Amino acid sequence: MKLKLKIWRQSDASSKGRFVKYKLDGISPNCSFLEMLDILNEQLIGQDEEPIAFDHDCREGICGMCSLYINGRPHGPDDAITTCQLHMRKFRDRDTIVIEPWRAKGFPVIKDLIIDRTAFDKIIQEGGYTSAHTGGAPDANSILIGKVEADLSMDAAACIGCGACVAACKNASAMLFVSAKVSQLALLPQGKVEAKERVKKMVAMMDELGFGNCTNTYACEAECPKEISRSNIARLNREFICAKVL
Amino acid sequence: MALLGIFLMVFLVVHLGINLCLLRDDGGLWFHEAAHFMGTNYVVKVFEVVLFAGFIFHILLGIILQIKNWISRPVRYRVGNKSTTPFLSKYMIYTGGIVLIFLVIHFMNFYFIKLGWVDSPVPLLQGGEPDFFETARWLFTQPFYSILYIVLMVVLAFHLNHAFGAAFQTLGLEHKTYTPFIQGFGTVYSIVIPLGYTIIPLYFLIFSLVS
Repeated sequence: MKLKLKIWRQSDASSKGRFVKYKLDGISPNCSFLEMLDILNEQLIGQDEEPIAFDHDCREGICGMCSLYINGRPHGPDDAITTCQLHMRKFRDRDTIVIEPWRAKGFPVIKDLIIDRTAFDKIIQEGGYTSAHTGGAPDANSILIGKVEADLSMDAAACIGCGACVAACKNASAMLFVSAKVSQLALLPQGKVEAKERVKKMVAMMDELGFGNCTNTYACEAECPKEISRSNIARLNREFICAKVL
Repeated sequence: MALLGIFLMVFLVVHLGINLCLLRDDGGLWFHEAAHFMGTNYVVKVFEVVLFAGFIFHILLGIILQIKNWISRPVRYRVGNKSTTPFLSKYMIYTGGIVLIFLVIHFMNFYFIKLGWVDSPVPLLQGGEPDFFETARWLFTQPFYSILYIVLMVVLAFHLNHAFGAAFQTLGLEHKTYTPFIQGFGTVYSIVIPLGYTIIPLYFLIFSLVS
């Protein structure tokens, strides 16, 4: 495959970035998107140029490190995948691919395509603890949990915190992420004790960090690599209203 | 936003009920009766204050939220978002803005006459009250006004189409069984209510052209 790439280059957080054009030849359609960037970086190093900085870690869709806004979609032109699971066969020969970092006030650019997602850690920290006893592992059936609740909680817990929801949302809202984190605990008896305080603090932190407000466009759900449902956002709203009013 | 939106959507039904009285060939008897009740009943007068507050807060909150949302992404993307989303959901601030323009025109044509801020285009009733039946007839027989009214009703339909379901989602009222019904009802509401309003100018316009 022959490709034209337009990639955002920015030397550090304080400098002004710009798009730089690159040409690549001989890319296999079976190559992963990140491998394609590796090949480009090898070429750049060979030409004594600065390689492109981008986030990645497990490269199997689990860690949530890879990001990239590719041709107008977080994680590129496929559904329910992370960028590391995207393959070049999803593009056509001689395509132009525009690669941008995720844009949000809460996710400042550190270098090139790498963004700072510390904001998500701060929101999680603000959620606090659950009142689970320490010590030996409890008996499996000591706290009975219904199948439906357990499944919904596990579905919410599938969130890998990649931030695609923020990147896709026209308001740069982190509602899907926060709703998943609130839901996974609020649905279980262990998480109910601090549920009211947790939801209030996490929402307040989300607002403080400059994420936008949800206007129910559901782009977050459409782009989530783990297919986190918008029903979690409704649950977050419900939990928040109850915590504030009751 | 959502609570006020639902309140305004209920108001639209009541307003349509009164407007449809315009279609009766009774010289405005039913319409004047309804308008008189709405203008003199104390419960309605309390709701009128709540309604004005509802409009103002809904508009102000919408503008504040939009500004905050724009600030949340200081650097825009080079390539526009291609995520699969309901088309109308992305343009609520714009459809809302157009509905606001309509609201200003509507107030100038009716409510400001009642307040005495604007002169009535038609003779007043015997008691000195404005004749809104004749005012409406006069306005709707003018093609420009009628077409503008119909176009604005289409924009209102776009606004309501997303607003109905979104209001329930924002209030956390989501259920595996009931949400599809709410979404369906919202779609029907967003078509039927603006269509009901559209019938009135169409009736007067066609009637005036024929006669």
